[in-house]
Amino acid sequence: MFTHSAPITAAWLALCLAAGAAFAEGPNLGKPLDAATIAPWDISIESDGSGLPPGTGTPAQGARIYAEKCAQCHGPDGKGGVAGVTAALLAPLFGGDPITDISAATKRIANFWPYSTTIFDYVRRAMPWQQPMTLTNEEVYALTAYILALNKLIGENDTMNAQTLPKVKMPNRDGFIMRFPEAM
Amino acid sequence: MSISVQRRRATKSSSIEAVAGNGLLNRRALLGRGAVFAGAISAAPLGALTGAAAEPPAKEPLAEPPWSLEPGATIQPYERPSQFEKDVVRTLGNPDGKPGAQGARTPHHLLNGAITPNGLHFVVSHEGAPNIDPDKHRLVIHGLVKRPLVFTLDALARYPTTTRVTFLECGGNGAPLFSPQPLQANLQALHGLASCAEWTGVKLSTLLEETGIDPKAKWFIAEGADAPHLARSVPIKKALDDAMIALYQNGERLMPANGYPMRLLLPGYEGNMNIKYLRRIKLVEEPAMSFWEARTYAQILPNGKAYQFYLLQEVKSFITQPSPGLTLKEPGLYEISGIAYSGTGRIAKVMVSADGGRSWADAALQEPVMSKAFTRFRMPWRWDGGAAILQSRAWDEAGNVQPTRPEFVAKRGELKAVPPVGAVLNQHFNAITSWGVDSVGEVKHVYA
Repeated sequence: MFTHSAPITAAWLALCLAAGAAFAEGPNLGKPLDAATIAPWDISIESDGSGLPPGTGTPAQGARIYAEKCAQCHGPDGKGGVAGVTAALLAPLFGGDPITDISAATKRIANFWPYSTTIFDYVRRAMPWQQPMTLTNEEVYALTAYILALNKLIGENDTMNAQTLPKVKMPNRDGFIMRFPEAM
Repeated sequence: MSISVQRRRATKSSSIEAVAGNGLLNRRALLGRGAVFAGAISAAPLGALTGAAAEPPAKEPLAEPPWSLEPGATIQPYERPSQFEKDVVRTLGNPDGKPGAQGARTPHHLLNGAITPNGLHFVVSHEGAPNIDPDKHRLVIHGLVKRPLVFTLDALARYPTTTRVTFLECGGNGAPLFSPQPLQANLQALHGLASCAEWTGVKLSTLLEETGIDPKAKWFIAEGADAPHLARSVPIKKALDDAMIALYQNGERLMPANGYPMRLLLPGYEGNMNIKYLRRIKLVEEPAMSFWEARTYAQILPNGKAYQFYLLQEVKSFITQPSPGLTLKEPGLYEISGIAYSGTGRIAKVMVSADGGRSWADAALQEPVMSKAFTRFRMPWRWDGGAAILQSRAWDEAGNVQPTRPEFVAKRGELKAVPPVGAVLNQHFNAITSWGVDSVGEVKHVYA
């Protein structure tokens, strides 16, 4: 879906830098840093699983963490509908009929989300609401497994880790169209 | 001076040349009729543009008002608008800050010109505005680069800066118009998630010259330092074109809810991609498929598929005055005024209709017309006291034309049920907006 020839401008810029960094004089005020230094901020998980950390988690482990850290906003057992949150959060974390309405309110994980890795990435970077980035990687794998099992996309006894998570088949994987592919 | 202008000045105002149905007047009348007409417009943009000799002579002797008879208020270090402008504020979608998104909408119907004041610039926030110490903020550029680098704000301030005017628009702006019935709400509620400012900062390409780019890089992931660590994937083409690290908004540092101390600015691109509190840029081969691009800002189509990476905010316009809530007090001469913009480039033309699209006339465009920026348009109109449907339609320099609502709905669909006004249930609505004027001068949102 995202195969493109290399942008000419990017290739040109790279060549210029390789050939003549000396004449590309800039302030040069950026400090170099290595991958180990960046690692705590390098939280992007790509759709092929690149960036997934070590660790494992199961739906049963996730259910316990969910009850403790997630249910107050998302409702018991992922059913949504709690008080004190905006309308968008009232929806359950599972279910969803085949999409026949253009309303975003019909979007659910199983009928819309194209990649399982997005669940891990989002839960780790943004949840829990009051304390983002406090879950361990094990907890994020467990919560991801719990949510996928609620949606019947994996079995109750399946384990999620860096190898298994990207392989979870999402039903709507091919449900998307690029609006302006020429801009990519 | 042309003969036609001389002739027009010699005629009475009641005979200004009509250019389209239901009272639209020659736009050149606005620009060429000299001080009397132009002065009246700036003093009273909406209310009092009746024809010459409509008012009886004033008889009450002019008196000194109290504020002319005493010293004025002490000047403050940071000025706020007059107390009489207290209603010119944003409306909030989630004023209690409940878990979930917060929106603040720009009151276009109470503003004029093309620049949005910083305190009135729209905001969509996915978890509030962080309180960032600028001295401790860092911007990291890494991934498919030759040299990963980290920049402080002080360091960025020493790079060559550039200034440009550009609009920002939430992908969900205009979402109420997906309703199957016209929602009765004002312009602020319908189109208040778009604003335009002058931004100053460092071009992203300038920084990438120092990090170098691995030719395998096709995208970059931009990420904020806010609580959701909001992240979007952007084509590398945009980085090498006009992407900017914005440090100043209308001459001052960014407002906290607009990304202080630095945000990514992608002129013409969907608002959510212009990552606020920018702290990390990672060059990659494929988009990350973050929550916001894979799910939230993907638009469902009538066939059940969905657009992903819509990127551009397409050509659009709407009439700001008159608009719902701004009642016409009496028949007479008015200025129809509005905003047009396109994420593709400059606005080339705006046409206005007063008869629901049966006839159209060119509006005057306020210079300078800048690429990917709000362009103010104006059209003189004589309201005869009868029913009217006011519409505007914009074209951009690439030839893109703003669709009619029926044309738009045929491709993008509409909701099955009437939604709450503030709900964003689909996105990228750019079709024509219609205002119905009734015989008592009330303005309502209509479909036409």
